[in-house]
Amino acid sequence: MMKDPFGGIILNIAFRMLVPFSVVYAVYVLLLGESSPGGGFQAGVVMGFGIVLARLILGEDSILFNIKAKNSLALAGFGTFIYALAGWLTLFGGGKFLDYSFLPFTAEHANELHALGILMIETGVTICVMMTILNIMDALVKRSEDDGSIE
Amino acid sequence: MRGFVITVLALLTGLFCSSVTYLPVIGSPYSVPNQHITPVYIARSEVDTGSPNIVTGTLADYRGFDTMWETTVMFLSGLTATLILSKSTMGRRPEKEDDYE
Repeated sequence: MMKDPFGGIILNIAFRMLVPFSVVYAVYVLLLGESSPGGGFQAGVVMGFGIVLARLILGEDSILFNIKAKNSLALAGFGTFIYALAGWLTLFGGGKFLDYSFLPFTAEHANELHALGILMIETGVTICVMMTILNIMDALVKRSEDDGSIE
Repeated sequence: MRGFVITVLALLTGLFCSSVTYLPVIGSPYSVPNQHITPVYIARSEVDTGSPNIVTGTLADYRGFDTMWETTVMFLSGLTATLILSKSTMGRRPEKEDDYE
């Protein structure tokens, strides 16, 4: 898939700055989504953008951090599972579903447990969004290959 | 039949247009949705959820169940788009010769 790299020398140099920046920025958006605009959906989109850009410019075989199509499908479901797992953990802790005060961890205040629960579900949302984007891109590339549009 | 459909659509359009004047003003703090639960969320969000961001507190904590199924819907729609795009035969009826015209 995408055997032919897309970029020339300018893109090859520029993307080395763009991709780490976008991935670091995605983690920033995820971790600060609690206290500033941002959150899981946005972080997933920015992180998926980094990997899509790397895949377009360098080609699929030569990039360092790549995820195969079957793994991305499974990981998208796993992200949704992390979200539901947060709900089940609160059930096991003795509370209602997604009532983060009853997460089975020790903390001084209930506020910290709430922050932990929000971070947990947003991590799940991030993984789900990112892997869904990669999944759709894989399907598009595979279809173009079958049609003979790209080599 | 077509005249009937046009009549019903015209009646419904007139009904909706006549009810526009009764709608609350956009952004008014005195409208019914803004007086029911919104002041409670604004006042108690930081205490209840531990998050200084009211939007995150509402999305992830007060409405966490909603967001969970929202994520599930997004995963399923991505899965469906992948299955349609990739020409997979998963879940399709076996093709017969008679289906082709």
